Amino acid sequence: MVSSMARLAPLVTTSEWMRALPFATRLILQGDAAARTAAAAVWGVSFSQIACRALSQGSRATLWLGPEEYLLLDMSDESASVATLEHAIGNIPHALVDISHRQIAIEISGPFAERILNGGCPLDLDLSAFPIGMCTRTVLAKAEIVLWRNRADAFHVEVWRSFTGYVAGLLREIAREYYPV
Amino acid sequence: MSFRVSKGGHIDRSRSLKFTFDGKTYAGFVGDTLASALLANGVHLVARSFKYHRPRGILAAGSEEPNALITVYRDAARYTPNLRATQVELYHGLQAKSQNRWPSLRTDFGRINDQLSAFFPAGFYYKTFMWPRKAWKAVYEPIIRRAAGLGVAPTQADPDRYAQRYAHCDVLVVGSGPAGIAAAMSAASTGARVILCDENSQFGGGLLSEADHSATRIDGLMIRHWIAQAIQKLKENSRVTLLTRTTAFGYFPHNFVALSERVTDHLENPDLHLVRERLWQIRATSVILATGAIERPLVFPGNDRPGVMLAGAASTYLNRYGVKTGSRAVVVTSGDAAYTTALDLHAAGVVIDAIADLRTAPVGAWVEAAQSAGIKIIAGATVLDTQGNVRVRRIDLGQVVSGTVVKLQPINCDLVLMSGGYTPSVHLFSQSRGKVEWSDTVKSFVPGRSAECERSVGACRGIYDLSEVLTDGAATGLALASKTPISVQSASFTVKAMPIDTNPYVGALPQPDSQSSSKAFVDWQHDVTTRDLALATREGFRSIEHVKRYTTTGMATDQGKTSNLNALAIVAQTLGVPIPQVGLTTFRMPYTPTTFGAFAGISRGDLFDPVRTTATHEWAQARGAVFENVALWKRARYFPRANEDMHAAVARECLAVRHSCGIFDATTLGKIEIVGPDAAEFLNRMYVNSWSNLNVGRSRYGILLREDGFINDDGVIARLAADRFHVTTTTGGAARVLGTMEDYRQTEWPDLKVWLTSTTEHWAVIAVQGPRSRDVLQPLTDIDMSASAMPHMSVALGAICGVPTRLFRVSFTGEMGFEVNVPADYGRAIWEAIFAAGQFHGITEYGTEAMHVLRAEKGYIIIGQDTDGTVTPDDAGLTWAIGKNKLDFVGKRSLERASMKTATRKQLVGLRTPNGEVLEEGAQVTLRTGQKPPMALVGHVTSSYFSAVLGYPIALALIGGGRARLGQTLYVPMPNGDIKVEVTAPVFYDTPGARING
Amino acid sequence: MLIIDCPYCGRRPEIEFTHGGEAHLVRPPQPAELSDQDWAAFLYMRSNTKGIYAERWRHARGCGQFFNALRDTTTDHFLSTYKSGTPRPVVNTTPSEEGHS
Repeated sequence: MVSSMARLAPLVTTSEWMRALPFATRLILQGDAAARTAAAAVWGVSFSQIACRALSQGSRATLWLGPEEYLLLDMSDESASVATLEHAIGNIPHALVDISHRQIAIEISGPFAERILNGGCPLDLDLSAFPIGMCTRTVLAKAEIVLWRNRADAFHVEVWRSFTGYVAGLLREIAREYYPV
Repeated sequence: MSFRVSKGGHIDRSRSLKFTFDGKTYAGFVGDTLASALLANGVHLVARSFKYHRPRGILAAGSEEPNALITVYRDAARYTPNLRATQVELYHGLQAKSQNRWPSLRTDFGRINDQLSAFFPAGFYYKTFMWPRKAWKAVYEPIIRRAAGLGVAPTQADPDRYAQRYAHCDVLVVGSGPAGIAAAMSAASTGARVILCDENSQFGGGLLSEADHSATRIDGLMIRHWIAQAIQKLKENSRVTLLTRTTAFGYFPHNFVALSERVTDHLENPDLHLVRERLWQIRATSVILATGAIERPLVFPGNDRPGVMLAGAASTYLNRYGVKTGSRAVVVTSGDAAYTTALDLHAAGVVIDAIADLRTAPVGAWVEAAQSAGIKIIAGATVLDTQGNVRVRRIDLGQVVSGTVVKLQPINCDLVLMSGGYTPSVHLFSQSRGKVEWSDTVKSFVPGRSAECERSVGACRGIYDLSEVLTDGAATGLALASKTPISVQSASFTVKAMPIDTNPYVGALPQPDSQSSSKAFVDWQHDVTTRDLALATREGFRSIEHVKRYTTTGMATDQGKTSNLNALAIVAQTLGVPIPQVGLTTFRMPYTPTTFGAFAGISRGDLFDPVRTTATHEWAQARGAVFENVALWKRARYFPRANEDMHAAVARECLAVRHSCGIFDATTLGKIEIVGPDAAEFLNRMYVNSWSNLNVGRSRYGILLREDGFINDDGVIARLAADRFHVTTTTGGAARVLGTMEDYRQTEWPDLKVWLTSTTEHWAVIAVQGPRSRDVLQPLTDIDMSASAMPHMSVALGAICGVPTRLFRVSFTGEMGFEVNVPADYGRAIWEAIFAAGQFHGITEYGTEAMHVLRAEKGYIIIGQDTDGTVTPDDAGLTWAIGKNKLDFVGKRSLERASMKTATRKQLVGLRTPNGEVLEEGAQVTLRTGQKPPMALVGHVTSSYFSAVLGYPIALALIGGGRARLGQTLYVPMPNGDIKVEVTAPVFYDTPGARING
Repeated sequence: MLIIDCPYCGRRPEIEFTHGGEAHLVRPPQPAELSDQDWAAFLYMRSNTKGIYAERWRHARGCGQFFNALRDTTTDHFLSTYKSGTPRPVVNTTPSEEGHS
């Protein structure tokens, strides 16, 4: 559906180490392996059977969030079709829910990315403990985030939209040590 | 006069610094602490004691300092009391002042307390100031707080920034003396991630106190060269993090260790981007404690005069800072350690009048060295007293001859150095819940069984020989990093040093039968003397934990660093039991005081808590909305125009909804999408209502109970498809309800094919309420909104202004109403489109306050306001919602319990005030007027407002047996007298409910 | 802060978890058949063990899953974590020589 209405996501000020990622389609798929197999055929990315791992292909990705819960991302297409997936999965018991507007994505990158995130995130972000491709729900101070490392020095962070101001403000305050303002 | 020696130590004599203490300017060098710089200027008097206001000097050279608590300030906000002068690094322009004295340090009127000390025995405040009870708060407490105490708090908010960082490592090494450095080196050699931290500004620990001319060598290197080489090697390893000025102050379960790093306190002009302190929260696979040992003071009368200090501290001041701590010294010692001090001072030109050795026949290389230096040694010595006002000027020695103490000729001196051996620092080990055990050779408690994956190395477990210390550190570092058994072959060091007989002493020094009237201090910081401890045991305290609290020994910021062992020994001796039987008090965190700023970190101001806002927040701000906090959300409470107060604004907003149309942001309501073939069955089991018979496109008001039968949450639930429901929850209950549902789904009914997804933030929800609401919305949407197509409690999918929408016909006002759900990024645009379209119909934005009034006029409850966790559906008048034929749902069985059915339960009713008062929410309700407390209460007011549409105040209340009291007159007792109230039904407006179906 | 070994995600910090009370309490399939006393026991009575305690945790800010754990309430050391619906494992109940987090 095309609308002339203005689309307005919570604002994140871009800096050397932080930027807001563009609008994306976000879907939560829950159900068993059969549903995922059917979905993978049309989504074009398979689903990691290993916990806390993301798989990606082009602009699309699937992120393991729980044993039966995956986040489907399409970073280029803001209207990737739910109907196509629903049709492909058919009668296999599952839940597919569009949450595109529930959260926004920011990227934290650069040589201080780990240290900035560790200003509020209690996980071990050393490459040996949090390798490229690892993703998980976790916390950043008092906010819940999904953290996905897609490069050695870059993290994709999913934040619930109303927490954007808090998370971005927090990270900016932490980063002042590394990027004096 | 300067007490600085011309060369040697770790200070930079080419860089002079000016600082002030109590307003007087002094000079020091880069590398000094405030304590060493003051001593270099001949200043020993730095404090007044806690209770007796006795003049106090600098006792130690490190974090164990109990006396020299001072205030350092840059301005009224950057003002830190109670710092140890021994830990404060000097910078140019540093300003410090003493504490707990008036009018000055030299002339302190509080000194009267010392003369009156007979009135301030242990526990005096428990005994003296109890009666009359009222006087405690008004008289005694303020006086005591002013007279006995520490520094004062800053008067302005802290302008500095503080950081926090989580970090992980394989091995955390606490302390960088020889044991810590050796442990870090061998752990790092395995490739392990290592963090080495030290509270000092330099690595090296006790090795920094070694004299430049010392003959001691490690692997053929002078001590300072060995340290430099080792640290350089660690620095070059990218897996090693080195932290100076960093105190490990707390050891929490599962090897979670808190460190406080002081980043800028030592800087003259800190860069603005630097934080003042950084709190490190470290998760270590293994922890190596190399926290060293603290020299044990000797307990004798007059042992607290300025100029009486620990022998090792004098070595540190001389060898590290190039400062002589006096001109004429008497050294009192139980072992060899203080002989090194005596010889070093002697070499630096300090007259050593005597070494008073507690041993009856001291022998060995150190004794010979002292003798050949011409120093007089008194064997079997003890100290009977000291003299001097603000500085020691004489020591009265005694000698134990065949079991009796005889007096010796007094010696004039300005420095008394004491050494009773060492006490291993087991503070962190104890915090980790490790079990300490008594060692007769160390005469101290040492680490026993560990509770965590942790090991103590070196002096903190009673190993003092340098060679053994290094080997211990290296072997343990390797073993913990590589997870192999500890093997002594792991590392070897060639050490050249003279062996030292530490011969520790514990307890009070022997005294003659006719004792000096001077006080012998055990705990300098809290002014606890031998007599206080004896008194406590005489008064029946047996447990060391009780003695500690009664006398305050070993408490608070000091944590008994210098005092614990002597206190234990004295208590043991008084009770006639061995020390291990008395036991050791538990060490508390923090090891040394830690700033509030470090704990708060960045959680201050705007970042204290997340502030959640909706898509229309800026719009509401621009319209002048007054916001209120609801859970973490900011919600517009009302929109005042011109000179309106809240009452006027809310009345206007309410009337607009009743007469035309209002627009309200309901985004914060929780939303859960429940999907799957068993979705309806799941809802049947969770909610009291029936869901199987709800048609697609319709919605229902649902009530969720806890298993104990009380209302947990409520909300409207719509069926979007046979296997898909859109569930709404209260704003505050969203996360809790989802968690409860997940619990039942995963653990009670894992067989159900149903899944839950939070959609709270996906949708912006715009409530349009009032008789004109349909007229406003219909032109914007392709959905047929006619009463026949969209009756009350229906839902339709379609588009509004071209944006996909879930349109609910639902009302929380009693008027015809709709809730427009649109994807949140479009929330602002659609809101503005509706607002523009509604202008013709007089659309009025309204806030949560009007929403509260409107729903109260209809008797609709708000969870958490009209319910409090003890309210059943029947209490709230909601029995109609319960599915009649359901065998089970969460909480159903509890509703069958007898107590849930009594007629006297509090039930929701309305209250009206014949005299027009607006009641206070939370006010109690009584059956009769004119009573005095205590009186029987029959219920309480839960909601109370002035109703503009009705023209009078209304209230909801929970009243015992309330529904049977309709028409009765009850009373609300208030400070100004009882308010008469009349019990009514809870629906005040449009009782038949006709307006909702327009 | 404890380290909890989530059966799905591995060892993670306690701050990501919520505690869920005693484990292995099964909601009676037919609550109506229980006496008031038995129902009250199900609602309110817990063993409150000093020592090894079977308790529920949820990795709420992780995979979202509920699971069970055996924890020594006197030391805070976990002896085992296991998925909901699986039986309580038999563990060596003598205290270990030293803690493993």
